[in-house]
Amino acid sequence: MATHKYLGTETEYGISVVGRPDFNPVLASSLVVNAYAADGRHRARWDYEEENPLRDARGFTQPGAHEPPEDDVGLANTILTNGARFYVDHAHPEYSSPECSNPYDAVVWDKAGERILERAAAKAAQSIPDGDRTQAGRIVVSKNNTDGKGAAYGMHENYIVDRGLPFGELTRQLIPFFVSRQILVGSGRIGNEFELAVPYQISQRADFFEVEVGLETTLKRPIINTRDEPHADPERFRRLHVILGDANMSEICTYVKLGSTSLVLSMIEDGVLPSAPQLAKPVQALQQVSHDLSCTRTIPLTDDSQVTAVELQWHFLEHARKYTEEGHAPDWAPDLLAQWEHLLTGVEEDPLSLDGLIDWVSKYHLLQRYVDRDGLDWNDAKLKLIDYQYHDVRQDKGLYNRLVAGGRAKRLVTEEEVGHAIHSPPPDTRAYFRGRCLEKYRDQVAAAGWDSIIFDIGGESLQRVPMMDPGRGGREMTGDLIDRCSTAEELLANLQR
Amino acid sequence: MADSEQVRKQRPKQDEETTEESAETTEEVDTSDVDDLLDEIDDVLEENAEEFVKNYVQKGGQ
Repeated sequence: MATHKYLGTETEYGISVVGRPDFNPVLASSLVVNAYAADGRHRARWDYEEENPLRDARGFTQPGAHEPPEDDVGLANTILTNGARFYVDHAHPEYSSPECSNPYDAVVWDKAGERILERAAAKAAQSIPDGDRTQAGRIVVSKNNTDGKGAAYGMHENYIVDRGLPFGELTRQLIPFFVSRQILVGSGRIGNEFELAVPYQISQRADFFEVEVGLETTLKRPIINTRDEPHADPERFRRLHVILGDANMSEICTYVKLGSTSLVLSMIEDGVLPSAPQLAKPVQALQQVSHDLSCTRTIPLTDDSQVTAVELQWHFLEHARKYTEEGHAPDWAPDLLAQWEHLLTGVEEDPLSLDGLIDWVSKYHLLQRYVDRDGLDWNDAKLKLIDYQYHDVRQDKGLYNRLVAGGRAKRLVTEEEVGHAIHSPPPDTRAYFRGRCLEKYRDQVAAAGWDSIIFDIGGESLQRVPMMDPGRGGREMTGDLIDRCSTAEELLANLQR
Repeated sequence: MADSEQVRKQRPKQDEETTEESAETTEEVDTSDVDDLLDEIDDVLEENAEEFVKNYVQKGGQ
């Protein structure tokens, strides 16, 4: 039986200080992160003890493994009461969502991240020297993945998988899945990285991938990332770190992206997914699929036959449906399958019919309308601005958010759910315990990480509570206890019983 | 493992029906009134497109 697919997203947001092109992005990111949490009270630090991004899933550790776990230790790094981590990574503000038990919740807490960035950026702009808060000094935060000038930054997905599953099997099955899923969940971008005659393409990220499998995330990016850092019991769990996806504004895209991937992983674990067609040149195929807005281009397989991305997706969808009908899938699977099939059917018939549902299609229509009305060339700065501003997190200025407000883009979750998730953790993962402890015992939490909380209750030593199972520590298990204990001392005394 | 009980729980029939309905309603997105839309977008676009685009330079990340 497949391991429960606990999951979450981590997003490096684009950041730009209007009218101040020289403003240091690391400083701007720090201002944003610090502004959100600033109230002068004690703040728990992030606990790095279990982090080792240089450990490879293929069973070795890269030389140089004693470097600091992050290259930005000491920069703004906060833990939120919703269980998320909000910090500065590689000159970007990054929101790592709390662990969720299902794809719908993961969409809610991912969207909560946008709202957090929106509030944080507005607050931080007030601290930019000489900023007038409206134009110069205003901080623009975008949930995108490229500046269209050669730089890429990531949205990563994380899924708990069974440690016993051979990594090679994951790789064989996931490469054709990842190469093809972008037609349903790409965010779209103007231009390309190869000086090709491709004015607009499906994926923000596709052009930045160079190899099939590897440990790197910032250069020579691999389709399958082998970082082996489970943030959980390493004997039982692996955390699959998926780095090739686009950050989505569309909640439906986020939902299908996370849910379909979860189902594919479960089928692989249960040994019921027949070997997927193997691509002859996966990296090239990733880019060819992204460059073809008709979604009909064929890509070569190792047996010299050809396949389209749509056909590959049907392969995975049909097996996921069978898996679900046979009663092996989680209870959210029927709803997810309906959305997945709706997008895939639409893309097969006419991708451009999915305006308002899929990011790359919605953005394309918007751009095309400007081209038609104003006679613009696809290189026009105004179109590039629209490409960026589609991802602007501000609800009153971001173009995706304006499409939603005008009823032109469809949501999946409610703003009430998102509003709740800004402050509160998911109820049924260890993030609940982390978030509630941060909220209730903040002054006594010395540090916290994904798999532990360290309390300082004034004794000789700190007390560390390990959380090695992502599914343990939810409201059912710890809610009453936290409600009952007014101090961390009381909580710890009860936990030790 | 202990979590797996939750995984296998079946969705009640009624929910499945609701599910299908909700998937169908995804068709109903209003994409008419294109002129109105562009006028509205014009109102919120950053004022100086050239300058904004020129200055939008990001450091590479993960």
